[in-house]
Amino acid sequence: MTDTTVVSVPDSPYAIEVKNVCKSFGPNPVLKNVNLKVRRGKTRVILGPSGSGKTVIMKHMIGLLKPDSGNILVDGVDITTLPHNELLNVRRKFGMVFQQAALFDSMTVGENVSFPLREHSVLSKEAIAEKVREKLGVVDLKNIEHKYPAELSGGMRKRVGLARAIVLEPSIVLYDEPTTGLDPLTTDSVDKMILDASKRLNVTSVVISHDVGSALLVADDIAVIHEGVIVEDVPAKEIRDSTHPFVREFLHTWFRKQ
Amino acid sequence: MSSSSTLERLNENPVARPFVAIGNMAISGLTELGLVVQFFASAVALACRPPFRVTLLLNQMEFVGVGSLFIIMLTGTFTGAVFTLQTVNGLAQFNLESVVGTTVMIGVTRELAPVLTALMVTGRVASAMATELGTMRVTEQIDAMEVMAVNPVQYLASPRIVASAIMVPCLSMLFVAVAYAGAYIMAVPVLGIDEGAYISRIQEYVASYDVMHGFYKSIILGVLLATVGCYKGYNAAGGARGVGNATTQAVVISSISVFVLDYVLSALLMKFEPTYNAVSY
Ligand SMILES: Nc1ncnc2c1ncn2[C@@H]1O[C@H](COP(=O)(O)OP(=O)(O)OP(=O)(O)O)[C@@H](O)[C@H]1O
Ligand SMILES: [Mg+2]
Repeated sequence: MTDTTVVSVPDSPYAIEVKNVCKSFGPNPVLKNVNLKVRRGKTRVILGPSGSGKTVIMKHMIGLLKPDSGNILVDGVDITTLPHNELLNVRRKFGMVFQQAALFDSMTVGENVSFPLREHSVLSKEAIAEKVREKLGVVDLKNIEHKYPAELSGGMRKRVGLARAIVLEPSIVLYDEPTTGLDPLTTDSVDKMILDASKRLNVTSVVISHDVGSALLVADDIAVIHEGVIVEDVPAKEIRDSTHPFVREFLHTWFRKQ
Repeated sequence: MSSSSTLERLNENPVARPFVAIGNMAISGLTELGLVVQFFASAVALACRPPFRVTLLLNQMEFVGVGSLFIIMLTGTFTGAVFTLQTVNGLAQFNLESVVGTTVMIGVTRELAPVLTALMVTGRVASAMATELGTMRVTEQIDAMEVMAVNPVQYLASPRIVASAIMVPCLSMLFVAVAYAGAYIMAVPVLGIDEGAYISRIQEYVASYDVMHGFYKSIILGVLLATVGCYKGYNAAGGARGVGNATTQAVVISSISVFVLDYVLSALLMKFEPTYNAVSY
């Protein structure tokens, strides 16, 4: 490697580190000194009630939002101070599933899913079409390449967003509520996909969820956020033993329903 | 800290309040002007850098240019015709009907074609750009593009601004052509002005620099309206209402700026033209 650009040597055991991050929107503090580490090749789940700041944390991890104070390291590189074009380079490591899918509504499903390939790969048209078919298959969608996002159901849109996020096979995938609004069978296959990516391809995943069941299934580490504060951060196995009153309440409500 | 408290105290004074408001408006207006210029500069810089988005550029050229053909032909023809109809009355008082073509075509080439074209294209194109980019912003499509390591300014704004810089002058030239036709039809067959005199007066007195004057201005006006439309859309916030506001502001700001910039550019360009010594301004 002779080029002078930031070539990150992945020597730190963490793919993402969020350090002392504070963020306010106007007078409204949303993140209050958040610290969070995501181990390389592992799945980190962030649990928390609506409006607690989960999406805001995730947008910091990929540089869509800049913290008021604190740092975010991706493979050891501080992305809060990077110029925009270098930040774009760092983002090639990422895939992200948006909470509301965020599909390009002027493009068909096929064009949406192939967008990252057309931008960043040199594959032939046929190879791209094949790849798109394969990734749509992973999320149980067939023969919808020619449809427009407006013609799809909410759950289908979400799954197209999933396919688009993983089509370049990135090393880090951020999932903002990947299974919310999906039926139990599809939820199961998405959970399996996340597990599989981690086990077989050593993909690092960050999953935001409301769903404690899914969380326990896919997580290596779980963090619970409440009103912009990380109130618990433990390996998945230990979450049931948490003594934090909010975490106990959050989990108990869920377990009672089972 | 102390300056803000001074401002607050001033704001409590009923006489000073309007001045504080005007001052604040001026400051925020200038700040926004700076941001628009910055946005424009980065869109241009990115347009000169790979990846070159040729397909997107062609699509936008079609939208801006081909899509505006009809309205420009319609407004151009009627402008030429009505301008002739109105002017000929005044000139008749001096028995100068035959110079009506000259008067009309100087007005059209230098002012009406670039300005009216820019206004028509603003209504059609700047509004569409603001709405489209604004919707993409509030539905996180622009964020999604960022996340996929594609620069959204380069993907969305650069082709639109370049397309507009190319197509608006072409439309303006089309406006000149159809206005000529409209003026001719009004002057010769309808008003019965002698054809030979009508045409020779135009050939004598309308110079190529009159046409170029309008052409140069329309390049800048094309850049202006697309930049404002894209900037407003790109920075939209707050759902459907935010997109609506962005569109309204894009059209209003761009239309006003067309007039202001047109004046500035006219004054500048006239410094380089032979007419400069004939009038003092
Ligand atoms: N762009 C923004 N401007 C202003 N406030 C914002 C913005 N984005 C988020 N917030 C505020 O930040 C807080 C946390 O929002 P966030 O989207 O992170 O919640 P969340 O934990 O993802 O909730 P949910 O589970 O409902 O998606 C909310 O109070 C929200 O009002
Ligand atoms: Mg959220």
